[in-house]
Amino acid sequence: MRKKNKNKNNKNLNASWLKPYSLLQNYPLYIRSIPAEQELKFHYTVHTSLDVVDEKVSAMGKALVDQRELYLGLLYPTEDYKVYGYVTNSKVKFVMVVDSSNTALRDNEIRSMFRKLHNSYTDVMCNPFYNPGDRIHSRAFDNMVTSMMVQVC
Amino acid sequence: MEGLTLSDAEQKYYSDLFSYCDIESTKKVASNGRVVELFRAAQLPNEVVLQIMELCGATRLGYFGRSQFYIALKLVAVAQSGLPLRVESINTVKDLPLPRFGASKNEQESRHTTSYSSDTENQGSYSGVIPPPPGRVQVKKGSVSHDAVQPRTSTDQQESTSPVVSPQQSPPTSPHTWRKHNRHPSGGNNERSLAGPGPFWSPFSEAQTGSSAGDAVWSGHSPPPPQENWVSFADTPPTSTLLAMHPASVQDQTTVRTVASATTANEIRRQSSSYDDPWKITDEQRQYYVNQFKTIQPDLNGFIPGSAAKEFFTKSKLPILELSHIWELSDFDKDGALTLDEFCAAFHLVVARKNGYDLPEKLPESLMPKLIDLEDSADVGDQSGEVGYSGSPAEAPPSKSPSMPSLNQTWPELNQSSEQWETFSERSSSSQTLTQFDSNIAPADPDTAIVHPVPIRMTPSKIHMQEMELKRTGSDHTNPTSPLLVKPSDLSEENKINSSVKFVSGNTVDGYSSSDSFTSDPEQIGNAVTRQRSHSGTSPDNTAPPPPPPRPHPSHSRSSSLDMNRTFPVTTELCPLKSETVHFWLCISRTSKNKLHTGQQQAGVVAHPPAVPPRPQPSQVPGPHVHRPVDAEGLITHTSTSPQQIPEQPNFADFSQFEVFAASNVNEEPDDEAEKHPEVLQVEKSSDPSGSLRVAKTDGRIEEKTAASAPANVGKSTTPLAPPPKPIRRRLKSEDELRPEVDEHSQKTGVLAAVLSSQPSIPRSVGKDKKAIQASIRRNKETNTVLARLNSELQQQLKDVLEERISLEVQLEQLRPFSHL
Repeated sequence: MRKKNKNKNNKNLNASWLKPYSLLQNYPLYIRSIPAEQELKFHYTVHTSLDVVDEKVSAMGKALVDQRELYLGLLYPTEDYKVYGYVTNSKVKFVMVVDSSNTALRDNEIRSMFRKLHNSYTDVMCNPFYNPGDRIHSRAFDNMVTSMMVQVC
Repeated sequence: MEGLTLSDAEQKYYSDLFSYCDIESTKKVASNGRVVELFRAAQLPNEVVLQIMELCGATRLGYFGRSQFYIALKLVAVAQSGLPLRVESINTVKDLPLPRFGASKNEQESRHTTSYSSDTENQGSYSGVIPPPPGRVQVKKGSVSHDAVQPRTSTDQQESTSPVVSPQQSPPTSPHTWRKHNRHPSGGNNERSLAGPGPFWSPFSEAQTGSSAGDAVWSGHSPPPPQENWVSFADTPPTSTLLAMHPASVQDQTTVRTVASATTANEIRRQSSSYDDPWKITDEQRQYYVNQFKTIQPDLNGFIPGSAAKEFFTKSKLPILELSHIWELSDFDKDGALTLDEFCAAFHLVVARKNGYDLPEKLPESLMPKLIDLEDSADVGDQSGEVGYSGSPAEAPPSKSPSMPSLNQTWPELNQSSEQWETFSERSSSSQTLTQFDSNIAPADPDTAIVHPVPIRMTPSKIHMQEMELKRTGSDHTNPTSPLLVKPSDLSEENKINSSVKFVSGNTVDGYSSSDSFTSDPEQIGNAVTRQRSHSGTSPDNTAPPPPPPRPHPSHSRSSSLDMNRTFPVTTELCPLKSETVHFWLCISRTSKNKLHTGQQQAGVVAHPPAVPPRPQPSQVPGPHVHRPVDAEGLITHTSTSPQQIPEQPNFADFSQFEVFAASNVNEEPDDEAEKHPEVLQVEKSSDPSGSLRVAKTDGRIEEKTAASAPANVGKSTTPLAPPPKPIRRRLKSEDELRPEVDEHSQKTGVLAAVLSSQPSIPRSVGKDKKAIQASIRRNKETNTVLARLNSELQQQLKDVLEERISLEVQLEQLRPFSHL
């Protein structure tokens, strides 16, 4: 499994990266990967994928943002992995990097994973002690991410 | 009897005891008084003692050998620790404290006491004092050991009384006070005071009364749950922190006593010593929490908003991270607000944390919002407290002391509560799932459901084949691709957005319905085109120009005149399909019945897929007309200006035939023209090959030029000649037009049409006098010049448009950097 970077989470299936990115500066709020090596590479991948996310978001224009459009789908595939994107209503982006070798991972599974991530993220947001924009240290969130990544691996 | 492994301390202790019991020094201890006393001093129920004796084999032997004695001692320790008596437990139980005997030698006790107790303040004071333990107890107490014990109990008494006297000012201290309150009614419970720091003493004191009560404290049964707690915490080494807390709490209590309740809520919380049972809220604590809740939210059934709670808990000066985690644990329904239960749980966690307890990973069951129900259903405070306490040991903070198996035995007694907890957890999980459902948008699922059956990647060839079939059959809605249109996914929408062109294009996005959805469109288009094509293809009339050429994109609202130009760039986008569409067009063209125009149609088709083969037809009309004037110059000029057309080569043969035909139909003068015609044609033919080469390079233009030539021909001549001559003339004209790169063909055609229409139709009568011929020649010349001018203009326009197209393509590539990934 790739890591998950959450900034929106990037989930790589070889290592899942979940990376939630905050709105303005696009810095990651949460990064997670399995296994933990090559983290830097996924970090870079996720960062570059932000451009694609922005492109897709702008392409959607003023269309009403329902959940379907929150899911951006495959941002772009590379030789090793695929990058999926998801953006919330508050412009928090989740990027998931998934290893291409994992062909069993279908689109709806990715969607459900993003949905779970979104739910967990809202739970984190509900915590009054969490300042939006801080890095996410929530253990519940960590557990959810771990369980999700383990599932996919 | 299995081998007994003893630690050094144990070894020493046991040997001491053995020697103590071994009065006769016979290395074997009969069941003499001392042994009996010893075992009785262990505060174990008789049956347990019997069991121990049996296990160690003394009953078999009838006496206690050294090994048996050691085993028995070990079993006593096991029993005192609350573990079930098993032979295996002799060696398997680790970190077992030494068996405690109330009547055992004082020095041994003190020795071991020091080793276990972290609190030394009491030890010194206890040596030498021999106050008899109030209340029950005991067995033989003449020994100094009692002395050691008594002062402790007395001090405990003293300590216990004082806290009891003082009013409970801080709920956190309630555990102690609660216990004391509890003890007092039972009489002589002072020994049970919590203040005893030494683990030995306190359990002992408790055990004294416990034994009198016949409870099975040591065996780990429920009766005074707090005692168990004491035992549990005292036994285990990790409870050193607890022990540390213990004196601290004692100190706190005194502090509380001395200081009025002027402390803030935080300080009170800090002083709380719920260490013995951190996850269970006592009544006093709960009451305190409720009071605090009221200060924030008067309505007990209401919520405390997150911000208010944040401020409140921030006062506790815990780090934000921990407060965040506490919030996560306590906000069970994840709504950003705290109910009374959640608030109490959070408060309790804060209290525990302030006292040094690690936060659990998940909310302890005792803190779950079901707590209120538990207390309501239970009896008055004590019982609920007991219940809670008995339950809590089993729940003992995971991060803290290791669980005591015997304590877990109390769980069966809490069936009701556990059930409640279980149901609650179920409910909570269901609520969580509900939450998830709520946040999920239903349509998403249907999408996924639909997506799966659909992911068919349509290759261009396949799509094209479908197109072909559709066009041939004329039906476009029964094809296999139509069901695919059902796919409502956003992908298809996106794809539709991405590829505005309606021809199928190889999609990178998993080829969902994007390609599929498009298949029907071209098919429809094809059908329409087919129909129109067939129309135009089968109407080689001399009458007015045929209707505008059919458009490949019916949806496009473009003027007919512009079609040629626009379709050109459009088709270039459909590179992968160009060949197929060309093929398609070819098929269509072949189906047309117009043999005369087949060649040109083919030419046009090959060159330009959306080309309009019918266009050439109008040119047929003026064909013969052009022949009429038989203007060698005109012809020559035409010839000179006419380059191309590869596919027209086969027409040359036709031309010769037409020439003959024309010649046969013309009278003398026309004959001359006809004669000249062949010459011209010959010349044309010769020039054509060269021109055709050029034409090859401008395939796309051929069609346009053909179309352009068509109206030109139409305008130029409305010969009465039979159709055969028309194509000849048309060809000449088309060559003229085709040579220059016609850019804005539409404009040119429009102009041409206007020009041509203005020209009067040349009569077909053979007997035209020279005047008429000359006039017609003049007219033709004028038309020629006009057309030539138009040609140049169109050429220019074509160049401009091409440049624009190139620049747009460059921009497109720049804007889509990822398209190449």
